[in-house]
Amino acid sequence: MASSIKLNFEIPSKMKTWSYVLMGIGIVALIAGLVTKGMSTDQHEKDVFLGTLMYNTIFWTLICNASMFFISFNTMAWAGWHVSLKRVSEAISAMVPIFGAITLVILLYVAFSGSHIYHWTDTEAVAHDKILSGKSGFLNIKFFTIWTVLAIGLWSFLGWRMRKISAMADEGAMNKQAGHTFIIKNVKVAAVFLVWFGLTVGSTIPWLWMMSIDAHWFSTMYSWYNFASTFVSGIALIALWVIYLKNKGYLEYTNQEHLHDLGKYMFAFSIFWAYLWFSQYMLIWYSNQPEEVIYFKHRVQGPYKGIFFLNLIINFICPLLIFMKRVSKRNYTLVTFMSVLIIFGHWIDYYQQVIGSISKEHVTLGWLDFGILSLFVGMMIFGVSKALASKPLIPKYHPFLKESVIHHT
Amino acid sequence: MAKKKFVVGCFDKEELLFPAVKKVRTVGYKIKDVYTPYPVHGLDQAIGMRETSLHTAGFIYGLLGTITALGCISWIFTKDWPLDIGGKPHFALPAWIPIIFELTVLFSAVGMVLTFCYLSQLAPFVKKHHFHARATDDLFVLVIECTETTNTDEAESFLSNNGSIEVKTEIAEDGWWFGRYDKEEKLFESNSVVA
Repeated sequence: MASSIKLNFEIPSKMKTWSYVLMGIGIVALIAGLVTKGMSTDQHEKDVFLGTLMYNTIFWTLICNASMFFISFNTMAWAGWHVSLKRVSEAISAMVPIFGAITLVILLYVAFSGSHIYHWTDTEAVAHDKILSGKSGFLNIKFFTIWTVLAIGLWSFLGWRMRKISAMADEGAMNKQAGHTFIIKNVKVAAVFLVWFGLTVGSTIPWLWMMSIDAHWFSTMYSWYNFASTFVSGIALIALWVIYLKNKGYLEYTNQEHLHDLGKYMFAFSIFWAYLWFSQYMLIWYSNQPEEVIYFKHRVQGPYKGIFFLNLIINFICPLLIFMKRVSKRNYTLVTFMSVLIIFGHWIDYYQQVIGSISKEHVTLGWLDFGILSLFVGMMIFGVSKALASKPLIPKYHPFLKESVIHHT
Repeated sequence: MAKKKFVVGCFDKEELLFPAVKKVRTVGYKIKDVYTPYPVHGLDQAIGMRETSLHTAGFIYGLLGTITALGCISWIFTKDWPLDIGGKPHFALPAWIPIIFELTVLFSAVGMVLTFCYLSQLAPFVKKHHFHARATDDLFVLVIECTETTNTDEAESFLSNNGSIEVKTEIAEDGWWFGRYDKEEKLFESNSVVA
């Protein structure tokens, strides 16, 4: 290990200031939103306010959790290439407990406050509704609460375990036996996490948290669609942090080869996202059943038309055409631009998925949305930089570090 | 097609091959090619080959497929033979996307395979000279193409000094010819010719 390697990240004061400014803007927007919309006597205004909080917090929880998924599947496959940037994804996954707690509070408030967002919480209405009473085994407050607490709790716990085990790679050189034990330890946590991830993000969680806003409507594609959405933005977030740290002179072992692989993930999963988008849309469009088409009616032909197609252009056409060439996946500037674009695009996607169901008549995208977004971005920058500073940036004695250093695509 | 003189050096280790390739290039010999039993990462850059344009060709073929499918289907369903299918509009784009996608993939895949075969001169009965049969097994074979100024003895000793375990000079067909491997003596005849 060369002595010139910078292992410890020091948070620049500029970054701290920026995160405070962003959070400040966010808090001002939150308070203004609470006064003008949240405490309004109009139930619809209230719902829009809660919905805005909902989709932001769900989005940021899930994309930070995608980092943990990234670590887990790489660990599970005994992959070595990501080791040099592993600490970045670990730091991002450290945000899951914080964002998760916020999500939990907001979702439980929405479910218990008798807000109109979750129509299925209204027991009176469910009793007289054949479809909703048929779904009540899944869509009921008890199951919703337990499953949400379990999901967020286990994501946080397994992420914490993973980060704790990873810290062993800083302690000292491992012999073959110790290295093997270390990897197996990682693999065990990763395996449990992947199963739990499949049961939550891969299936039930998007159904419960977001699809149930349209309580009568359903799509089996919905969870996979949301998984693809959050995974691709999660990778974009990792790429942004990696590029930032590279710019500051850290992460000497991470180079264009690693960036290329992150770019490939963004390229591939943007196409995967579009595939799911289309599979969901085309089947519903083709069969043209009123109870199914209702979800797309106001999105494709109503006020959300612009956002709906903008979403497709940002999240599919742009990555497809721009990331197709090898040089663009290896170009720091272009990857930065695309990462920001992809995160913004999927944020817009979350906006239209949640608010599109709450406020069907008009698009509410405005100062509140961007204010809350800035609150979350500020918290993310603050939290991730803190987590990065708490540990060496490179797991010095990780058995696969060499493989990552000589990685070649 | 013409016969040319080549100096052939065989390496049994990848670690020796890379520095040798680098040195051969700095000294100024012209590398014809390096034949390896398996794809070696980074070798193409080391030899100084330019980036292939096969991807660009693939993109153009794909685009051609998209245009063909879209043009064909939309002409049939809106101009030539409009049918009412379940009350859908005649220009029913979402329903066509799977076909458009398939044709895009088909065009780009078949086009790229054919272009690849053309670029690497591969076809049934097209034959090329093998500099060393063990290039298909366990040897890395570096071939230097001789110019008027190349001194073959010098080149041979240069290669063996840089880790080559077997060195030879031979005159061989540079291009391709039609023939069959089981009935071809040409492959072995040049072995005895040392210029």
